[in-house]
Amino acid sequence: MSWEVVIGLEIHAQLTTNTKIFSGSSIAYGAQPNTQACAIDLGMPGMLPVLNEAVIGKSIRLALALNAEIGRKSVFERKNYFYPDLPKGYQTSQLQYPIVGKGTLEIEVDGVKKTIGVTRAHLEEDAGKSVHGILPGMSGIDLNRAGTPLLEIVSEPDMRSAKEAVAYARKMHELVQYLGICDGNMQEGSFRVDSNVSVRRPGAPLGTRTELKNINSFRFIEKAIEYEIARQIEVLESGGKIVQETRLYDADNDVTRSMRSKEEANDYRYFPCPDLLPVVITDEDIDAVRAQMPELPDVKRARYMAEFGLSDYDAGVLTGSRELAEYFEAVLAATGGKDAKVCANWIMSDLSGALNRAGLSISQSPISAAHLAGMIARIQDNTISGKLAKQVFDAMWNGEGSADEIIASKGLKQITDSGAIEALVDEVLANNPSQVEAYKGGQEKMLGYFVGQIMKASGGQANPGQVNQILKAKLGG
Amino acid sequence: MHNLTIKQMSEKLHAGEITSVQLTQHYLDRIAKYDGELNAYVTVTPELAMEMAREADERLQSGTAELLTGIPVAHKDIFCTDGVKTSCSSKMLDNFIAPYDAHVVTQLKKVGMPILGKTNMDEFAMGSSSESSYYGPTKNPWDHQAVPGGSSGGAAAVIAAGLAPMATGTDTGGSIRQPASFCGITGIKPTYGTVSRFGIVAYASSFDQAGPMTRSAEEAAWLLNAMAGFDERDSTSLQREGVDYAAELNQPLKGLKVGVPAEYFGEGLDPQVEKVVKDAIAEIQKQGAEVIEVSLPNKDLAVPSYYVLAPAEASSNLSRFDGVRFGYRCEKPKDLQDLYTRSRAEGFGAEVKRRIMVGAYALSAGFYDAYYLKAQKLRRMVRDDFTKAFEQCDVIMGPVAPTPAFNIGEKTDDPTSMYLADLYTIPVNLAGLPGLSVPAGFVNNRPVGLHIVGPYFSEAKLLNIAHQYQQTTDWHKQMPAQYQ
Repeated sequence: MSWEVVIGLEIHAQLTTNTKIFSGSSIAYGAQPNTQACAIDLGMPGMLPVLNEAVIGKSIRLALALNAEIGRKSVFERKNYFYPDLPKGYQTSQLQYPIVGKGTLEIEVDGVKKTIGVTRAHLEEDAGKSVHGILPGMSGIDLNRAGTPLLEIVSEPDMRSAKEAVAYARKMHELVQYLGICDGNMQEGSFRVDSNVSVRRPGAPLGTRTELKNINSFRFIEKAIEYEIARQIEVLESGGKIVQETRLYDADNDVTRSMRSKEEANDYRYFPCPDLLPVVITDEDIDAVRAQMPELPDVKRARYMAEFGLSDYDAGVLTGSRELAEYFEAVLAATGGKDAKVCANWIMSDLSGALNRAGLSISQSPISAAHLAGMIARIQDNTISGKLAKQVFDAMWNGEGSADEIIASKGLKQITDSGAIEALVDEVLANNPSQVEAYKGGQEKMLGYFVGQIMKASGGQANPGQVNQILKAKLGG
Repeated sequence: MHNLTIKQMSEKLHAGEITSVQLTQHYLDRIAKYDGELNAYVTVTPELAMEMAREADERLQSGTAELLTGIPVAHKDIFCTDGVKTSCSSKMLDNFIAPYDAHVVTQLKKVGMPILGKTNMDEFAMGSSSESSYYGPTKNPWDHQAVPGGSSGGAAAVIAAGLAPMATGTDTGGSIRQPASFCGITGIKPTYGTVSRFGIVAYASSFDQAGPMTRSAEEAAWLLNAMAGFDERDSTSLQREGVDYAAELNQPLKGLKVGVPAEYFGEGLDPQVEKVVKDAIAEIQKQGAEVIEVSLPNKDLAVPSYYVLAPAEASSNLSRFDGVRFGYRCEKPKDLQDLYTRSRAEGFGAEVKRRIMVGAYALSAGFYDAYYLKAQKLRRMVRDDFTKAFEQCDVIMGPVAPTPAFNIGEKTDDPTSMYLADLYTIPVNLAGLPGLSVPAGFVNNRPVGLHIVGPYFSEAKLLNIAHQYQQTTDWHKQMPAQYQ
């Protein structure tokens, strides 16, 4: 009998605000410990939270993108527990009335589309960080992160494989970045995925789940879930029981390990926070956000295929991030919008390859969209050949200026003067009488040899089309 | 000088007949002389007071002074005060010096009111007698055997004894009005949200409200003008600009409809207190007010509701006192759990621990619906009682407390009887309404106040009624003999 895998994800997306959710402290990453924690973040006596209203619009954005219900009156509650990096002794979160209600997200795995339910998304503040191993014999507490705004997005247990789970996580990752509500940086913890994994016999009630936490890449999430599925099946098939627990993924050994299980279940004693008023969202608020909504990835992908004639694959790659799509559209517009496929190819092959090798993102590209467009325009007007363009591209990458500047300074301009090309052809043919004989004797492949020699003689600058044409005329004559 | 009214002090200050330095020094001298016995101050701040007095005198001379510039003030030790210990009368905060001012402190600093010190109170404002203070009980200036009431007992005592001309207090379940009644002074708890809670150490956030404690209603109106106002740092602060709480002081009371709830004069009310209160109502009637009977049928639900909700909020509000970042930390904790348990066990007093446990229980899984939610329902019923009553009358009058000040030690072993000391004041906090206590007489040489409660935002009306009452009575002018 087979096993059915059941996976649900909880994603913590850090919202891209300038300041914390309830105070004016900066949330910039990487500051010296406790330099971005004010009296409110420290939970000092008498301090009160004031909601950073920027988080409301960002939450509505997500709700609209997920076709989700919007909590017209959402309520902040206190989740009470003691921990050194939780300054107030409670986390301000939402429980009964979250800001985003039921919605859906469509994923695609191996060409099959599937709709995943989103249960809810609620606003909450992040805790600080306990730092071990720096101060001898002591633990440090860094409260810079305390109060950072998070949107916790909870899925239904709708995913049936690690691949589906990762497809959902990636889709959500792409979406929050498109929406401009989260920078998606997994290394810095801006986008954290917790996976709840269980297995059951088809038709049976849900099995006991384990939670996989703190995995900061999609590849490792997939491997961790795969491992966990296999582990659970093995335990069950050998007559064992699954313990509900949190497990951590050890990437070096590709296994999940039980975190020290909590000694007792926490009773968080949630109740509405009396320091904060309910957040009321009106039709006008929603309309205002709707008017500012960016084009969503699925819509953009379909448009690239219909409007630019790009393949499903190309459209998918180019809409993989909002920045890449914006880059592509900028290049395309600057080249007159004529040749989407050429623009796409340069971006997807040469540029993406170079960026990958250098470990840079598209927004860090040394070649601006304007420069790339300038180069493509020179190909289109035959100023340079595709081959010369590679040299221009490398020079632009190295910061040597625009395509036109590089073409001028390096003298890379294509030779299109037929007289000059004719002279080159004559020269090569005169210098290779035996090869000419061979060609005339029927060895047509010698043509390639001549072209190579002529291009070499021109320093690569002769227009290949013209060379072929003139060469054939001379040999045939 | 301490026998002058605030109006007289202000006039003399503005006329240059006295200086704020002289006035402030006079009060500091009285504190030095009397407070050892009275124990109304936790901290006295002579240097800060004199520095502020000098600045006030400069303003008085330069003509930029306001009505209260140069008049000293005492803050309840629950208002965080930059650079001065703010203990909340708890061992937990015995070492705590806030690096910021509460909004109320900021407001009164702006006016130029020298800070004499911080007044004693029940620990974390939890109590009705000021006996739960880590620094020992404050005595009632009228009778040192008696409590001054609480939790703002220190504030009431310093006004009654002339150890400060004006004081600030907070009222969560009666903590301004009940000590005002016990000490024979005037105190008003404004509508919830009138005075910013920023920088007030939180007890029960949905109830806590600060207000003035003074001799007369007129003085309370002036101090409230300085304390109130919108503050963006408190999300529950009300946006009502330009309200003058002294504007209606001189309105005649003719045509005023006074509701007297039968439920407030039933079992448990000391008959002598009842007489004082009824005489006071009769006096107001004599000034032209009409007295009608109203009903607050759910009065008895108020105390049980409050003693679920306030501890519930307190249990969460006081979680930050964990020995990690500030406040008391136990010696040599052996691990984290030990640090938490001992710091809190040793840092908090018995009543605070009792309320934290009650509150945590009421919020715990399986009991939330039966306690917290049920108590919220009762809270709405109590509020609705008032809404209905105010359809028939302009204000409600009755006793502030069932008895005059009780003796020190009398109720400390019986929390329930202590809780019942607030049965008339608590409903007002549940509803978030304004309520005032005005001195109305004495029972066995201990003062008794009249309780006046109005609809939301009726502070000016309440102060008007009390002020008019004080035009024909002199209870508020009396001082205990030994402090004259």
